[in-house]
Amino acid sequence: MVGLRPLLWPGVAALIASPGLAVLALVALLDAAPPGETERLLDRYALHVLGFTVLQATLSTILSLVFAVPLARALARRPVFPGRGIVIRLFGIPLVLPAIVAVFGVVAVWGQNGAVNAALGKAGVAGLGPIYGLEGILIAHTFFNIPLAVRLLLPAWESIPGETWRLAAQLGMTSWPIFRLIEWPRLAEVLPGIAMLVFLLTFSSFTVVLALGGGPGAATLEVAIYQALRLDFDIVRAVFLALLQVVICATVAIVLFRFARFSWSEAGAGRITMRPDSLGRPGRIGDALVIAAGIFWVGAPLAGVALSGLNGPLAEVLARQDVWLAALRSVLVGLGAGVVAVMVGLLLGATSCDLAMRRHRRRLADVLEIAGSQTLIVSPVVLGAGLFVLLLGHVRVFDWALPLAALVNGLVSVPYVLRLVSPVLRRTAAHHDRLCASLGLAGIRRIVWLEGPLVLRPLATALALATALAAGDLTAIALFGTEREATLALLLYRALGSYRMDEAAVIALLLVVVCLAIFVAIEGLGRVVARA
Amino acid sequence: MSSPGLELDGIVFRQGGWTLAADLVVRRGELLALIGASGAGKSTLLSLAAGFERPLSGRILVNGRAVTDLPPASRPITTLFQEHNLFAHLSALDNVALGLDPGLRLTAADRRTAQEALSRVELETMAHRRPGKLSGGERQRVAIARALVMKRPVLLLDEPFAALGPALRRAMLDLVSRLARESGLTVVMVSHDPADARRIADTVAFMDDGRILLTGPTDSVLDSPVLPELVRYLDPDSDPGPP
Amino acid sequence: MSRTVTFLSAALLTILSARADTLDVYTYESFVSEWGPGPQIEEAFEARCDCTVRWTAVDDAAILLSRLRLEGGGGDADVVLGLDTNLMAETLDLGLVRQHGLEDLEFDLPVSWSDPVFVPFDYGYFAVIYDDEALPQPPASLADLVTGGSGADLIIQDPRTSTPGLGLMLWMKAVYGDSAADAWRSLSSRVLTVTAGWSEAYGLFLEGEAPMVLSYTTSPAYHQLVEGETRYRAAMFEEGHYMQIEVAAMVEGTDQEDLARDFLRFIATPGFQGAIPTGNWMYPVIDLGDDLPDVFRELPAPAVSLLLPPKDVGAMRRQWIDEWLEAAIGE
Repeated sequence: MVGLRPLLWPGVAALIASPGLAVLALVALLDAAPPGETERLLDRYALHVLGFTVLQATLSTILSLVFAVPLARALARRPVFPGRGIVIRLFGIPLVLPAIVAVFGVVAVWGQNGAVNAALGKAGVAGLGPIYGLEGILIAHTFFNIPLAVRLLLPAWESIPGETWRLAAQLGMTSWPIFRLIEWPRLAEVLPGIAMLVFLLTFSSFTVVLALGGGPGAATLEVAIYQALRLDFDIVRAVFLALLQVVICATVAIVLFRFARFSWSEAGAGRITMRPDSLGRPGRIGDALVIAAGIFWVGAPLAGVALSGLNGPLAEVLARQDVWLAALRSVLVGLGAGVVAVMVGLLLGATSCDLAMRRHRRRLADVLEIAGSQTLIVSPVVLGAGLFVLLLGHVRVFDWALPLAALVNGLVSVPYVLRLVSPVLRRTAAHHDRLCASLGLAGIRRIVWLEGPLVLRPLATALALATALAAGDLTAIALFGTEREATLALLLYRALGSYRMDEAAVIALLLVVVCLAIFVAIEGLGRVVARA
Repeated sequence: MSSPGLELDGIVFRQGGWTLAADLVVRRGELLALIGASGAGKSTLLSLAAGFERPLSGRILVNGRAVTDLPPASRPITTLFQEHNLFAHLSALDNVALGLDPGLRLTAADRRTAQEALSRVELETMAHRRPGKLSGGERQRVAIARALVMKRPVLLLDEPFAALGPALRRAMLDLVSRLARESGLTVVMVSHDPADARRIADTVAFMDDGRILLTGPTDSVLDSPVLPELVRYLDPDSDPGPP
Repeated sequence: MSRTVTFLSAALLTILSARADTLDVYTYESFVSEWGPGPQIEEAFEARCDCTVRWTAVDDAAILLSRLRLEGGGGDADVVLGLDTNLMAETLDLGLVRQHGLEDLEFDLPVSWSDPVFVPFDYGYFAVIYDDEALPQPPASLADLVTGGSGADLIIQDPRTSTPGLGLMLWMKAVYGDSAADAWRSLSSRVLTVTAGWSEAYGLFLEGEAPMVLSYTTSPAYHQLVEGETRYRAAMFEEGHYMQIEVAAMVEGTDQEDLARDFLRFIATPGFQGAIPTGNWMYPVIDLGDDLPDVFRELPAPAVSLLLPPKDVGAMRRQWIDEWLEAAIGE
């Protein structure tokens, strides 16, 4: 048998590395907060920022769900149509697209000089107003979260048994009773969880709000923390806002983990069921319209990125050395983050598996895995701000911009690693522990012969995902980076900020290509090695 | 002579590379058991009759009237599935009442009708329970009650009692057979177990690989089988021939 | 393959190494953009110092102060260029800069200047620039601007990050005193957006997002000289205009003291100053004679020139910014 001791220390190490670091960051923040200033801090500005953060998160959540539900329903009602697989895949792209690239895409389509305004102008219709402020934030947030919600909602439909549809057909149920009596009860189970998740994600939104917000009136707590720390050197305010952020996110997250039920199963496989309400012509047209609108909403900014990039000054921008250096830094941050994520995730996963499968401490194991998701509570900005304050005065923080960005991004991606690797570890333990015990296969030899080969593929996928996500991240590098250490995301943000849209277009496309290349390369390598 | 209760006339259905081709006549008020190995096409045949699947060719008639082109709700047919016959968040009474109005806009008379149907399946005290608080047998009895209030002349049973224990299954078979005869329903019952057929069926049809090979009175079909496929189905050990 | 290796090693070298004879100058973005004065100044100085000037540009100048504080003397900076009189006192108090030791510097400024630490490199007056075609009737006073709003038609900068933003905040303070917060509350209704830096704000203005932007009385000179365009004008206010004197200083942690001193001396010479009027579009701090384009002499001069004492600003900036934050977020 594998002893307890050797498998507990990885988890302890990972705990120290991950949530431990967050706690340390929080302690640093608390330590930096001088007493007696709370009156200055809980002023109208702080309350306004908090209010705006809640407002935009609430509106983002409501809008995302209001559109995601009919869209998911239309997709569920049409389990077979040409290109359905492509649509489902399209809806997966925003989940991995660098946020700053999405911002560019949204501006390219909906901005003052964007495609929609150009089309409206040609048609002689008054154009759209400025995109900066709440409107822009909501457009970008729904771009990310409608597809996320659709992918989380689809399994709810697919879990409705075929007999139910046949029964509905035999009873002669029409669209409304079907929604009320069959679909809504299912949705009611998953919607609160999805709503809380979307709320949490948009509450902690940084890049979108930084790039599309309109000054102090349209800042989220995350952006206000960044501004206070990096732009205003108001550490006290940064600390206070960070603590506010943590308290609220922790509250929402605890409710989420406690009550939410939703599955991350492979959505959209399209179980073919015949629905009685899917045959009529109005339903057909309605579904087609809804699906087309969804494709447009998600696809237009993506197309904007691709087309603007290809039509931009490609040769000019790609000939710039600073662009390639930035690309190199993006890759380095990505790889560093990937390694951090995989190491912490693997250690947490191994210990949690040991606790759950061999020590029968399932609850403790779950707590451990949830601890891996701590960046939902201690957001990257808060974590970064804590590290910043911790290191300030001891080391030259800006010299460590890339490693620090890699570290923060790595911790953000731990949940993905856990999600991919943990099930494999647990399955292996369940299936092979007895056999291993009888064969005396243990320790390193067991890892080499058993876990290693099985975990390799999902691990490569996790590494690829964490690396690609970190390579496109703006949050941590905005906090730690300087113009000297610019990554592609930072270059893109600066180009957007100075309205050098042509340049931004090429950088956005390059960033997407770099992230995609990283993902494909690592994932492919994992596949090749696993086969060998 | 009156027309048959249910008639499948030259039905052809294809799925993947597999073909079902069948003719079947069930007399009005008759209880027919459809037997055969799994994969023989028994459930598909019921789906075709109910309208969940569309045949490539052929006609389906109920009491002499063609229903081939009608959607399931317009066919005078009800089906009992093995599971998921009820909506988990509705009470037993509401589940029955769905058979009266699929949007659950109920009159007082509807409620009385549903309550009476529950009495007929001996569940009058459980009207307000949700399916989660009912046993497997009770849940299927609610579904039977709903089939009764729908007053459709043909009832299809797609192994609704397969998951129940032997004693309970026999009781349910007896109940459904009694109610069907009281209401004069034409019944087609899919079954794995020839004993089920023996217990309540007037007639047996034997299916093998998408075809109905034999139809006849229950006793004569089951007691003295001559058809090799049927012999093999009833007693696999008796014929050690090629698979 | 070998070329890739060469490229990568060159890239790594660039990332890792700071050459010994490099002068690191921290400044703001528009100063070193391709149409700003930076490139010309860099060339002129490098020609006489046998060194490399390396610019580090932040969004806008007020960030420079935070940046130096965050680096805590541990950064690369040798010279910081772009702070203004309003940030001098704080920068000095925090010990971020050191005396330049230059005694023979002479300036042609509207105020007398002798400071052992800060060297002025240009000056100007904040003003609301408007688009004549979009706004035929510009506000004639700050009071007009504050009370006459009928929609979001003004782009300003954030005083936490931008010296023009800070300038407007002090302008309001100089005119309205203790009721500045109320004035801000009224003004904020016509503010379309508050940008972090001047470049972003002016870019938005030129894109036509709003007919007014906070900039300088000298900004129209650019459009007249470069574009022959007269539609962009400065709205001259009865109450007067707040003055900005932009300064440079040697950073406390410099490892290039002599080079930094040379650079500060260079600031007060025509080699540097010649690039200012048509590069930074501000007034030079020495008399350039005929090298000053005529446009600059024809620009309207403010009726009153406002400037709060640096010490007062240094002491009150944080409190006033908090007050601004509360007011600027609107009702």
